[in-house]
Amino acid sequence: MKILLMGNPNVGKSVLFSRLTGVRVIVSNYPGTTVSYTRGETKMGEDTAEVIDVPGTYTLEPTSEAEEVASEMLHTGDVVVNVVNATNLERNLYLTLQLLEKDVPVVVALNMWDDTKHEGININLDKLRELLGVPVIPTVAVTGEGIKALVENIPRATSPHLPLRRRDQRWAAVGRIIDQVQHVTHRHHTWWERLADASVKPLSGGIIALAVLAVSFIVVRFIGESLIGYVFDPLFNNLWAPVLMKLSAILQGGGFLHDIVIGKLIGGQVDFVQSFGLLSGGLYIPFAMVLPYVVSFYLVLSLLEDVGYLPRLAVMVDTIMHRLGLHGYAIIPTLLGFGCNVPAVMATRILESKRERFIAATLISIAIPCAALQAMIFGLVGARGAQYVVIVYGTLFVVWIILGTILRLSVRGFTPELLIEIPPYRLPQWRAMLQKVWMRVYGFLAEAIPIILGAVLVINVLYFLGVFEAIANFTAPVVTNFLGLPKEAVTAVVIGFLRKDVALGMLAPLALSTKQLVVGSVVLAMFFPCIATFVVLLRELGVVDMLKSTGIMIVAALITGGILNLVLG
Amino acid sequence: MPDEGQTTLARMRAGQSGIVVQLQGGFGMVNRLSALGIIPGKRITKISATLMRGPVTVEVDRARLAIGFGMASRILVQLDE
Repeated sequence: MKILLMGNPNVGKSVLFSRLTGVRVIVSNYPGTTVSYTRGETKMGEDTAEVIDVPGTYTLEPTSEAEEVASEMLHTGDVVVNVVNATNLERNLYLTLQLLEKDVPVVVALNMWDDTKHEGININLDKLRELLGVPVIPTVAVTGEGIKALVENIPRATSPHLPLRRRDQRWAAVGRIIDQVQHVTHRHHTWWERLADASVKPLSGGIIALAVLAVSFIVVRFIGESLIGYVFDPLFNNLWAPVLMKLSAILQGGGFLHDIVIGKLIGGQVDFVQSFGLLSGGLYIPFAMVLPYVVSFYLVLSLLEDVGYLPRLAVMVDTIMHRLGLHGYAIIPTLLGFGCNVPAVMATRILESKRERFIAATLISIAIPCAALQAMIFGLVGARGAQYVVIVYGTLFVVWIILGTILRLSVRGFTPELLIEIPPYRLPQWRAMLQKVWMRVYGFLAEAIPIILGAVLVINVLYFLGVFEAIANFTAPVVTNFLGLPKEAVTAVVIGFLRKDVALGMLAPLALSTKQLVVGSVVLAMFFPCIATFVVLLRELGVVDMLKSTGIMIVAALITGGILNLVLG
Repeated sequence: MPDEGQTTLARMRAGQSGIVVQLQGGFGMVNRLSALGIIPGKRITKISATLMRGPVTVEVDRARLAIGFGMASRILVQLDE
């Protein structure tokens, strides 16, 4: 049996899902779309049933890709559990009535039942059951109240086959039901609600947004750096390095196979940052450099999401983002990019149109420096004075704004206007939240690791064949004349294709002037994304758009570097 | 010209309420708005606006929604007395 959980967004559907199912939960992508959904299993007496957490939808007349998926999935289910927010019955019943017009058995879970009491809402359950003609079970997903009754009532789900209605008739029917079953007494604004309103007002909202972003940033870096410093680095250095050294001896310390598998030994030792082999850098990059930030970022992101802050942030930044041809929600992948560009580009899937996904992915890979790169910028450029770090970041920010404006004006299509629900603030449910973090991290690992390993392999073969040297010689005149960098910096720029932070590190021994260092850092940051990001771009955008994005990148990096070279000169 | 006492959601002041009279937009806009319960006849209260023609926040059916400025300026509202 296949049970579909359907309902509006923000009704506690996912919490109910994690109550019903165990730990074996799978996230899948709906074929041909960027929409993902979650699957799990539940015990129904002796049998197990499949439970699907269908993407949240307000209507079966789809207005977005996620809603299209939701209405298509409806045909695949045996029973629908319609999760309804009891504190917002008017809006939720519209979808309920649509479901009851279809030929599928429905049971209604009247979730957040506990909140109706202190919000002064009185719902006549018997009357509601009678009017809808299906079982209606009050539930409180966060405490588990009513879940047992809900499961027991799934076999009693029925379809009343309501007559098909037009939209206005359906809303009128919702109005009649509400008049008969719901009675609202006084309602005074709570402390939470005041805070909720403050976070979308211009002044207080702006201050709150800046504070939340600053704290998130610090927390992400703190957790990420702690994981690297206390967990992953010791693991790799103390346990994995000796194994690789033994393997290196077996492979006689050099040669084609050695360089592919282990990479070049640095000073007779495996250096995880510079030995670029499948088992050295190929494992170290995804696990010890990227994963810690992915974990810490998803923790913070999921917390902000479950508390209900993200829609408010989207509202606050919507005006700016629209100037760049984006939508308030594009702030999420953009922020993710400061940790690592790979999951950031993957996260552009949450954006609705192909145009927005292209603009967001291009802007991220050009103007958003990842954590590894930022650490190098702080280390190298910061040593010459804090003002130069400000110049590097300031330049990237200006590029972000100008390039975004150009893309908004030149990429065809339009960006739909913001229209989102702003849920009340809620305390996060740890179980559901950690389950979500785990699924996201797992999804990242499953997608990114094969990509990174494959890329390391290909790059090593190309390097061995001397392809990079040829590129370096070919591009040398541009780098020296236009950007004012020494010829040796060419190799660094080319290596930047593999690893940006390493490339920046290669600028260190070149005795560059401060101006050259600033130009070099900016160009490296903007130039080709690292190979992992590059492959993800290819996957998310397709060949044609990825090539366009790369072209924009090269032109933008050269122009910006050239201008900086002139201005700072 | 809007009738007396009518204005657009974009022009309403924070705290004002009224009844939605008309959605002056194409099928796509009407479809998106009505999915969220914004239909003629609904009570609507403006909570706040953001700077520089940013989204406006409203309360409809006991839920809060953020609506882009362009859409908000095409939602006609009959203000309360």
